[in-house]
Amino acid sequence: MLYAATSARAKSSNFELWSWLFMRISGVALLLLVLIHLAIMHLFQPISNVTFDFVAGRWSIPAWRWYDLGLLWLALIHGMNGARIVSDDYIHGRVARLVTMTTLYVVGFVFLLVGSQVILSFQPTSTP
Amino acid sequence: MSINRRWSATWFANYRGQTGQWAQLLHRVTGLLIVVFLLAHIADTSLIGFGAGVYDGWEALYQNRIVRIFELLLVGTVIYHALNGIRVTIVDFWEKGSLYHERIFWGMVVLFFVLFGPSVWLMLFVNP
Repeated sequence: MLYAATSARAKSSNFELWSWLFMRISGVALLLLVLIHLAIMHLFQPISNVTFDFVAGRWSIPAWRWYDLGLLWLALIHGMNGARIVSDDYIHGRVARLVTMTTLYVVGFVFLLVGSQVILSFQPTSTP
Repeated sequence: MSINRRWSATWFANYRGQTGQWAQLLHRVTGLLIVVFLLAHIADTSLIGFGAGVYDGWEALYQNRIVRIFELLLVGTVIYHALNGIRVTIVDFWEKGSLYHERIFWGMVVLFFVLFGPSVWLMLFVNP
């Protein structure tokens, strides 16, 4: 029953092909985005430097907001899609699958929304 | 798809291919660890919307020594996932990739230490 449903979807759409391609392309992009992020935030300065003022200064430059927004979207979609692929392999029960997939989609969507909102709406002057 | 399901009855061993199998298992484990951290990191960054007091209060957690060790392990986890992802991408897109996948794997292991070694040094001794 479940196999039939899955293979019907596999035949009728290229979803898994696009998912595979996305993982490769976003993976290569993330290699640069994440390693630069790690180097700046964690390696070349003490973590105690990363304060409200530091982030405020960083986000006063629009390019860094776009950088962080790109990082958020690519990393979160890449990560949640990865979690979906892994769950797909190990979780077989109908109800368990429904619960897992719903959770992944809801959590992914909410974090994407909240994260984007925080990056785009941040105003250093309006907060105490 | 259905082949995958049948094989995954042996828990994690989706295929038995020596280094490739372990590399893939580690890829999945590191991927899941990173996505869990990513969600926590989006949450802690979102606190910046509540002002300097709240944000700096929570970010001080990163200065804790035990958290610092986890952060170091996170950097290693990300480096492994990135390098193995590149290996998988090379094998997928380069027609001779599957012939050299094992050699590329050991090359990536060397590269891992080349990148992780200086990271440990920077995080523990230069910018503790």
